[in-house]
Amino acid sequence: MKITLTINKHAQTVDVDPRVSLLDALRGELGLTGSKKGCDHGQCGACTVLVNGRRINSCLSLAVMHDGDEVTTVEGLANGELSPLQAAFVEHDGFQCGFCTPGQLCSATGMLGELEDGWPSHASDSLEGGYELTEEELSERMSGNLCRCSCYPGINAAIRQAAEKDGAA
Amino acid sequence: MKPFDYVRAEDPAAARKAAATAGATFISGGTNLLDLMKLEVMAPDTLVDISRLPLDGIEDHEGGLRIGATVTNSDLAADMRVRRVYPILSRALLAGASGQLRNKATTGGNLLQRTRCPYFYDTDTPCNKRTPGEGCAALGGETRNHAILGTSDHCIALHPSDMAVAMRALGAQVEVEAADGTTKLHEMDDFYRLPGDTPHIETVLQPGDLITAVRLPAPQGDRQVYRKVRDRASYAFALVSVGAVIRMEQGRIAHAGVAFGGLGTKPWRDPEVDALLTGNAPSRELFDEAADTLLRGAKAQDGTEFKLPLARRVLRATLEEATQ
Ligand SMILES: Cc1cc2nc3c(=O)[nH]c(=O)nc-3n(C[C@H](O)[C@H](O)[C@H](O)COP(=O)(O)OP(=O)(O)OC[C@H]3O[C@@H](n4cnc5c(N)ncnc54)[C@H](O)[C@@H]3O)c2cc1C
Ligand code: FES
Ligand code: FES
Repeated sequence: MKITLTINKHAQTVDVDPRVSLLDALRGELGLTGSKKGCDHGQCGACTVLVNGRRINSCLSLAVMHDGDEVTTVEGLANGELSPLQAAFVEHDGFQCGFCTPGQLCSATGMLGELEDGWPSHASDSLEGGYELTEEELSERMSGNLCRCSCYPGINAAIRQAAEKDGAA
Repeated sequence: MKPFDYVRAEDPAAARKAAATAGATFISGGTNLLDLMKLEVMAPDTLVDISRLPLDGIEDHEGGLRIGATVTNSDLAADMRVRRVYPILSRALLAGASGQLRNKATTGGNLLQRTRCPYFYDTDTPCNKRTPGEGCAALGGETRNHAILGTSDHCIALHPSDMAVAMRALGAQVEVEAADGTTKLHEMDDFYRLPGDTPHIETVLQPGDLITAVRLPAPQGDRQVYRKVRDRASYAFALVSVGAVIRMEQGRIAHAGVAFGGLGTKPWRDPEVDALLTGNAPSRELFDEAADTLLRGAKAQDGTEFKLPLARRVLRATLEEATQ
């Protein structure tokens, strides 16, 4: 099936078997190997990308279901220079092997947008809004991204710094 | 994954028509179906994509809410009406899965998600739910995330949804459009079936039936609590969860709608538990009696024995919080 995806602001048409996941289409058909395949079952977050601005697990979605969608991968986060979040990951050693990092970056980008929109989380005391990125909120909101190297302290410090620059926390 | 035909439905009628053919299945968020298709636990011949049908609205309806079938779990949890009037539902949704998954998971798909029993997932072991008549490897096997209520000699698989527990506690209805275009309403209480000797049949839905919405009545209680206990603090299914919708009048429980996750072969609610609580003043003895009533027919395996005391404690803690 022929589908058109706007990936990192460029429209691209690909011909895919209906069985191909969005992740495999990005990596295999489009050569965007930044997004990683950790578990292929929605359990690790390494494949996280933004679709129409929202973070999703690209391994649990069919490419053919995204015809016409806007996809942002880790390759699209930098705009000539590293995004503030990416720079903060470098500054705070937000990784060791780096395998989870593209997913962490895309997920955190989406998460900060959710926070700005006032979405509650399991860690929120109240459902009324006004959320700040406390340690509990941050861990809960990022729980969909596992790091086998357990770099969570660096990851959390990096996200917090980017959030503060953003005025979100 | 086995090959399949992919059809994107343009409207509900086209979706129902496409899904009425043998071997066809709807796909919505895909977070459960694709997981199972990769393992060939499910192998539909045709996927009917309903994700772009105009079923993604949340509307005021007869004093309650009508939640479209393709509303995502994250949009539902963040809706201000849900947060203020049905906080138990926001809480249950936010206690489930991860941010990424909730952005894809939908109302209809969440209701119909399949069990996480490891033997259902492992096509090398027998499973009556996957292949009727094959036997059940969970009985006498390794158990932990299995049911202790509503089980049969053929199946002890747990219904894993958090959202459905909150909806049962709220007395929701499932709105369905049948293949012939007629609309049916099913009470949540009657929507799921016990496994009996046909554990592969999980709901009252017929082939081609499209869930179009879930309807919530005006809430019967303003004190709403959802408490979930799991193996890790986040991104894990419930070992035991309790959702309570309570109304207090003059120190007594005037309404009790209590539903349970992690315990039943379907999202669990027991009218006798609700009846026992109603009209009484909250007390530790009352809550213990409620637990006795809930667990009177429980059948635990070696690996699920721990759920008996855990269910008692989580029920007590939930009711204490909701009635204090
Ligand atoms: C790692 C992981 C952790 C998770 N943790 C939790 C958790 O803690 N708590 C929890 O509750 N859930 C959890 N989930 C499950 C998640 O909530 C479900 O996968 C999701 O809700 C399914 O919704 P969907 O729209 O993606 O369904 P799909 O995968 O699209 O569909 C599921 C089933 O529903 C049918 N269907 C979908 N929509 C309709 C409709 N409108 N009419 C008729 N049939 C329909 C499909 O045919 C299919 O059989 C987890 C999932 C994963 C992968
Ligand atoms: S690869 Fe998608 S969640 Fe692990
Ligand atoms: S840096 Fe190695 S998995 Fe996270």
